[in-house]
Amino acid sequence: MTELPTTTERKMGLVIDLDTCVGCHACVISCKGWNTENYGAPLSDQNPYGADPSGTFLNRVHSYEVQPETGPAQLIHFPKSCLHCEDAPCVTVCPTGASYKRVEDGIVLVNESDCIGCGLCAWSCPYGARELDQAEGVMKKCTLCVDRIYNENLPEEDRVPSCVRTCPAGARHFGDFADPDSHVSKLTAERGGMDLMPEMDTKPVNKYLPPRPKDQIDEQIDILAPLLAPVAEEAGGFLGWLDKALDKMPGGSR
Amino acid sequence: MHPAPSVIVFTTLSGLGFGLLFFLGLGLPDVTGWVAFTFFAIAYALAVGGLMASTFHLGHPERALKAFTQWKSSWLSREGWCAVIALVLMGLYALGVVFLGQRWGLLGLLGSVFSILTVFTTSMIYTQLRTIPRWNMKLTPAMFLSFSLAGGALLAGQVGAALPLLLVAALVQLGYWQMGDRALAHSGTDLGTATGLGTRGSVRAFEPPHTGTNYLLREFVHVVGRKHSDKLRIIAFGLAFVVPGILLLLPFGHLFALIAVLSHLAGVATSRWLFFAQAEHVVGLYYGKR
Repeated sequence: MTELPTTTERKMGLVIDLDTCVGCHACVISCKGWNTENYGAPLSDQNPYGADPSGTFLNRVHSYEVQPETGPAQLIHFPKSCLHCEDAPCVTVCPTGASYKRVEDGIVLVNESDCIGCGLCAWSCPYGARELDQAEGVMKKCTLCVDRIYNENLPEEDRVPSCVRTCPAGARHFGDFADPDSHVSKLTAERGGMDLMPEMDTKPVNKYLPPRPKDQIDEQIDILAPLLAPVAEEAGGFLGWLDKALDKMPGGSR
Repeated sequence: MHPAPSVIVFTTLSGLGFGLLFFLGLGLPDVTGWVAFTFFAIAYALAVGGLMASTFHLGHPERALKAFTQWKSSWLSREGWCAVIALVLMGLYALGVVFLGQRWGLLGLLGSVFSILTVFTTSMIYTQLRTIPRWNMKLTPAMFLSFSLAGGALLAGQVGAALPLLLVAALVQLGYWQMGDRALAHSGTDLGTATGLGTRGSVRAFEPPHTGTNYLLREFVHVVGRKHSDKLRIIAFGLAFVVPGILLLLPFGHLFALIAVLSHLAGVATSRWLFFAQAEHVVGLYYGKR
């Protein structure tokens, strides 16, 4: 069971647009909210109101500063969750068969009743996508909201992962990467969707769209700037006299 | 990596125990009766004690039997199988040697092979992880195997074999440290490839996802203990190889042999602590740490 399927019928996954993400963490909260009360064990918190709170999350948003050789630095918000890799090392290391990749849609899941909580799958994941729940002792990870996307009890617009549904900026997209005409495949092709740590050969399904280049700041900072330029460069009249008089006094000027 | 006491105790003790079983299976030393019983008791206490310790870090140890199902793909599952096969074969072999005065050579040989295979499978659990460049090296299995054989020879009282094996293990250890220190840089993984933003400029972790800690940071980013790593390397090397080596060169005595074994054990445990504490998991890069 922990042998990876050679191909999957569909490759469901996410496109995350680093150009659009505003770093509001709404996806983090909606993910925790949905997944703590649905599929599998709840996502526990330890000491949530104490001095040192921590807890299990399936999605976390980092923020990075990129400093190009010239020009201003750019701040990029970076949501990170399971990438549902085609060559998922977390699946093959599992000794019990609890960790598996589905043939029908490529989603990587954990069968919690088989998980012994050894943590080896989390060790093998370069992206930090798996967290061992401290209360349940089993491994938790993004399920791509497998209990939403096929759920006919939900209105059709809600049959997407919770993070995608909630994102106020439209920075997250869900679809089938095996279909070249899908929304996510087209976005990836148009915007140069990239893999994280391609050197790890994990072949992630999820793609990240790089930030678009920033507008260049020309010499002129604003079209109104010429109108705001100081009219008189040299002070005259009483202020001019005061300026000169003060200059003559001992002590110098700045 | 977080140096969990359970895995350090496990890899240190069971490595030594299976190393001793390897020599006992080959009939080194060729003993029977109560002497053989003592040797096997020590070997089983170390090997089984280590295996028991390894279950302490499991979230659900009561499901541990399920770990025998995935031997086709998982090194952890293969380790379980090898350990059980080795312990059963060596148990039968021990019955003959201890109670019947019979040495079933083929059985002992098979037991030896599976004992050393167990150590190899343990090492592969760590070696297979590309996420930890310091472990993802050919020298990792070489280190586990050479340590196990040297320790086994020492425990089995095979002075002739122990001295060259200790020398080999010492050289492997030095090579491992030398290459390990460069492994992360050589892996080509940095915050640039981790975020895919490296082609645009230098990337700096500006804000972590949360103000507190989490499972990932506790498990994979262990920075505290690295401060004294140079001193600990000297201590580990001295205790594991230099002290036992000198004691072996002196005229043989049971006291010296005991001190040599205990010193080696403490040295290997220190080296194993460093093995975990110094290992950098690439997920730390996302947090601007290593």
